[in-house]
Amino acid sequence: MTMGPMLSEARQAMGANRLRTFLTMLGMMIGVGAVIMMLAVGQGARDFVDRSIASMGRNLFVVLAGSATASGVRLGTGNVPTLTVADAQALEELATVDAVAPILPGAAQIVYGANNWGTSVLGITPRFLDVRNWRLSAGFPFDDSDVRSAAQVTLLGHTVVKNLFGDEDPVGKTVRIGKSPYLVMGILAAKGQSLDGRDQDDAALIPITTAQRKLFGSQFQGSVRFMVVRAGSAEAMPVAERDMTQLLRQRHRLADGADNDFSVRNLTALVSTAAETTRTMSLMLGAIASISLLVGGIGIMNIMLVSVTERTREIGIRCAIGARTRDIRLQFLLEALILSVVGCLVGVFLGVAGALLVSAVARTAVVVTLSSVLMAFLVAAGVGIFFGFYPADKAARLKPMDALRYQ
Amino acid sequence: MPAAPVIRLAHLGKHYETRAGPVPVLKDVNLDIGPAEFVAIMGPSGSGKSTLMSILGCLDAPSDGTYVLEGRDVGALSRDQLADLRNRVIGFVFQGFNLLPRATTLDNVALPLVYAGVGKSERLATARQMLERVGLGPYAASFPDQISGGQQQRAAIARALINRPRLILADEPTGNLDTRTSQEIMGLLRQLNADGGITVVLVTHDPDIAAHAMRLVHLVDGQVAEDGPLRRRVAGSRAR
Ligand SMILES: Nc1ncnc2c1ncn2[C@@H]1O[C@H](COP(=O)(O)OP(=O)(O)OP(=O)(O)O)[C@@H](O)[C@H]1O
Ligand SMILES: [Mg+2]
Repeated sequence: MTMGPMLSEARQAMGANRLRTFLTMLGMMIGVGAVIMMLAVGQGARDFVDRSIASMGRNLFVVLAGSATASGVRLGTGNVPTLTVADAQALEELATVDAVAPILPGAAQIVYGANNWGTSVLGITPRFLDVRNWRLSAGFPFDDSDVRSAAQVTLLGHTVVKNLFGDEDPVGKTVRIGKSPYLVMGILAAKGQSLDGRDQDDAALIPITTAQRKLFGSQFQGSVRFMVVRAGSAEAMPVAERDMTQLLRQRHRLADGADNDFSVRNLTALVSTAAETTRTMSLMLGAIASISLLVGGIGIMNIMLVSVTERTREIGIRCAIGARTRDIRLQFLLEALILSVVGCLVGVFLGVAGALLVSAVARTAVVVTLSSVLMAFLVAAGVGIFFGFYPADKAARLKPMDALRYQ
Repeated sequence: MPAAPVIRLAHLGKHYETRAGPVPVLKDVNLDIGPAEFVAIMGPSGSGKSTLMSILGCLDAPSDGTYVLEGRDVGALSRDQLADLRNRVIGFVFQGFNLLPRATTLDNVALPLVYAGVGKSERLATARQMLERVGLGPYAASFPDQISGGQQQRAAIARALINRPRLILADEPTGNLDTRTSQEIMGLLRQLNADGGITVVLVTHDPDIAAHAMRLVHLVDGQVAEDGPLRRRVAGSRAR
């Protein structure tokens, strides 16, 4: 028997019971749609993490001020001003360390004209932009002389600009941070969300000296909350970590056996852990979605078994006029295949549409890849053949007389 | 008897396996049917007529003995070879017509050609021709539930004939039809037998139907009770 009449017979058989055909396909549609959507969400998350890592800069440490215990009172790291700009300069002298950016963070209200916006203000040195791999989209960064003179200059993040200036060009304008006027020297290029979901564009940068002396009025001269340190290379990171710890203990005159009054964290390692987690999670999402594909396949098998039973007499008639085993088997296999492939096509469509919807509603990156669509499609076709085979074989093995006599 | 019979049954036996044990249905049936013969099989209900027909039609296998069809031992053939016999050598006509309900008359008649691997245009042309021959030309596009029982049986006969079989097996083909329609169907079978030289084996309970045959086989309790030329036997069968 050739494919032409088989296809038209399959169409007839499926058309005879449209609702059932649709419901069977629905299982497949949902399965494939879920797989594609989950893969898209997972891929989006992975892309996001990869991009964040790339934009963050490489081979980074964070050195936080304070330790787990300080003078018997447990305090969170970064809350005790034990690190200084001098520490940063000393660290930078280490052979394994490439650059150090000391940071004093705080929060302040920024006012321009009638608008005001609360944001995080970071006291930094010009090194910061380089170490964090941040760029300006307009204007110029402040330099070391601005830091030395504690100049009242600032670089604004995108979100801040949007809320204070709207369409106006902020470069060269003066804003008020806290109680003092600051000259806007430049705008930071938009970076989007950080890995932990914070808006990285909602920030203003000022010279660290300005932050220490004027804005936050720190009680300890020259203190910083934390530093971002870039090691010379990925290979040098373990050595750099040891060197830094040693140097800082020496500078802070810590006795042997005393706890560190700072902590060093390998940021790159932390982030690759995040990337690993995302990868595992997206794999798990796909696996869970695959289960619905499996359920869809079982639905096809179920309905094909019902169909074989219902059409036992028809099978007998076909046998009586000369249908061979393979004719019968192929006929039912083809029906199962059509159910799964058509269901799958619609499922691909639904999955892509769903992924786009998710990306529009949840504002997260969702990436549909051709390979995920192809994979879902192949799996669906495989599921159709796999779950269609048993019913088809059952039909093909019926004894002609038993099938004919079936009521 | 001509030298080479179309059908040769030797010591043929058939029993069905049931929960209560084997039920013997056919016992030591010996029967030769020659080319172009027209044989009627009669006998009381449950005597095994349909069972015999299904074995003759290669739809079921005997439990004992041999069945030789056109010189070939059917017991030695594979499933697909049997399917091929059913497709090309045998045409089956059933009491219940057995047309596919979702297919048109034309598609039903053309279906054996599909399994024979005939191309579409030739298939449809041959099927249309065959429908004309049984007087169903105008009903090619009708579905089985849109035509009468007599017309359905004509379509079934057209389907049985389409691959030019050498043997027609008809199990109570007129059982569901009125007298006049029955006579029409019998006329058709007789014509095929006389003009086409097709061997016809027919099961019936109706002596008037059996009267169309040349030879009558009387089956009682799964055994051939009487076997002979018809004119001498019709009266006896009528006394049933
Ligand atoms: N699949 C089966 N399993 C068990 N017994 C069966 C089966 N098919 C038929 N029989 C038995 O075999 C015997 C012969 O049945 P068969 O159908 O051949 O009779 P028949 O001569 O055609 O009768 P009728 O004239 O009523 O059509 C019956 O007693 C029936 O009960
Ligand atoms: Mg019967």
